[in-house]
Amino acid sequence: MKYLDEYRNPKIIRNIITQIKETVTRPWVIMEICGGQTHSIMRSGINELLKNQIELVHGPGCPVCVTPLELIDQALEIASRPNVIFTSFGDMLRVPGSTMDLQEARSQGADVRFVYSPLEAVKIARENPDKEVVFFAVGFETTAPGNAMAIHQAFNENLTNFSELVSHVLVPPAMEALLSSPSNRVQAYLAAGHVCAVMGWEEYEPIAAKYKVPIVVTGFEPADLVQGILTTVRQLERGKYKVENEYGRAVSRAGNIPAKKIIHEIFEITDRKWRGIGTIPQSGFKIREKYAAHDASLKFSVSHMEAREPEICISGEILQGLKKPDACPAFGRECTPEHPLGATMVSSEGACSAYFRYHK
Amino acid sequence: MCLAIPGKIVKIYEENGLLMGHIDYSGTLNSVCLAYVPEAEEGQYVIVHAGFAISLLDEEEAQKSFEAWDDVSEQLKAEGYTIENEPLSEKNKT
Ligand code: SF4
Repeated sequence: MKYLDEYRNPKIIRNIITQIKETVTRPWVIMEICGGQTHSIMRSGINELLKNQIELVHGPGCPVCVTPLELIDQALEIASRPNVIFTSFGDMLRVPGSTMDLQEARSQGADVRFVYSPLEAVKIARENPDKEVVFFAVGFETTAPGNAMAIHQAFNENLTNFSELVSHVLVPPAMEALLSSPSNRVQAYLAAGHVCAVMGWEEYEPIAAKYKVPIVVTGFEPADLVQGILTTVRQLERGKYKVENEYGRAVSRAGNIPAKKIIHEIFEITDRKWRGIGTIPQSGFKIREKYAAHDASLKFSVSHMEAREPEICISGEILQGLKKPDACPAFGRECTPEHPLGATMVSSEGACSAYFRYHK
Repeated sequence: MCLAIPGKIVKIYEENGLLMGHIDYSGTLNSVCLAYVPEAEEGQYVIVHAGFAISLLDEEEAQKSFEAWDDVSEQLKAEGYTIENEPLSEKNKT
C-alpha cells in the first residue's frame, strides 16, 4: 500500500542501518519519545540490530501509561454513578485503578462504553438527553484536536449532558523535565512524529538549544525510524544540536493550524501529574472556564481524589529511560499483558508490553 | 490510541456541520472527521488519530526521503558495499 510498503522495505532499512554503523564512533544514548515508536522499534528488531552502536531508551510517550492512578479512580467513581454513560478509548478500559479497572466496573453494572472517536460520545449524548455522558479525554497532543472538537460540538449544540474527564499531557515539558534531571542519560531525542503533525516543531528549538541535544522529528515505520536515528547520530558525531524533520510527508514546521486553533480555544495549559514521574509544571491541558459546563471533574466533584501506586512497579523509572522493563522483578512473572500490574504493561504502546511481546 | 497508519480518502461528506470522510485502510473502511484537513480531496492520504485526520500526506515530501535513501545507497556503493535495492525516488528511477 502507498505510504507503507516503501517504509517497510528491508533492503532500504538494511542500507540505512549500514550507514548508521559507518557513522557511529561511540555508543550514543537516544530516546524515542513515543510509545508507538517503541512498539515499532521492538517489533522490527531495530534495537537489536544497532545494539553495539547506540542505546535506544524508551520515553514516556504512552498516554495510557502516564495517566495518573487517581484519574483512573476518578473515572471509576464517575462511571459508578447512576444515570451516567461513561465512554472511553478501548485501551483505557483495562488500566488498573486502585481497586479495579473500567471493564470490571462494567461487569458490575456500570454503563461503560468504548468508542473510537470522541464524536461518538457526543452522538451518544445527543441520543440520550436524560443521561450524563462522560468521555475520558486522555492523551498527548495527538488526541487533543479530537477531544477539543467534541467539546466544541457539544457547546455549539448546547448538549449540557456531555462532559469530559480530561487528563491531557504535553510532550515538550516532559522532554525538558527528563533533560534537567540529574540522572539524565539521554543525549538526543527522536521526536514523536504525530505529536509534531499537530503542533509543528518550533517549540522544540529552544529545548535543543538550551540542552544542546539533537531533536529529530521521526515517523513510525521501520525505515522512518532508522532514518531518524541516522540523522541524529550524524548530528551527535559532529557536535551539532538542531531540530530536523525526517517526517516531512506528515509534519510541517507550523503543524496543523486549524487543529491548534480549536485546541487553544477549548483548553489552557496547566500543571499535570504524570504517572510514575510526578507533577511537571505547565505540562498539560485543562478545559477553559468558558467551557466549564463540559468539565466532568467539576460536574462530578472528583478532583480531590488521591491514590497510591503499587510498590513493586518500576514503570516510573522505565518511563524516564532510567531502566528497561526486564529490570523489573515482576516482569513476565506477576506482571504480564493478561494480568498487568502497571500501565506500561497494559497498553500495546507501553514499553513493558512491547518487551514482553518482542524481546526474546 | 496512537498507532496511526495512513488511510486513503474515498468519500467526503458532511455530518452535524462537520467535514467527514470515509477512509480506506487496505480494505477496511472507517468514518473519520476531516475538519482539520479542510483542503483534503478524495484519493489523498491522511494520518488519523482517534477518529480525526490530523495530517494530509505530502507526496513531494515523500519523494525527498526517497531521494535521501537513494543517496545512502550511492554512498554505500562508493564505499564498496553491494547494494540490492532499485532507486526509489521518481527522479532517480528515470
Ligand atoms: S513489568 Fe509490570 S510491574 Fe514491572 S514495571 Fe512493567 S508494568 Fe510495572
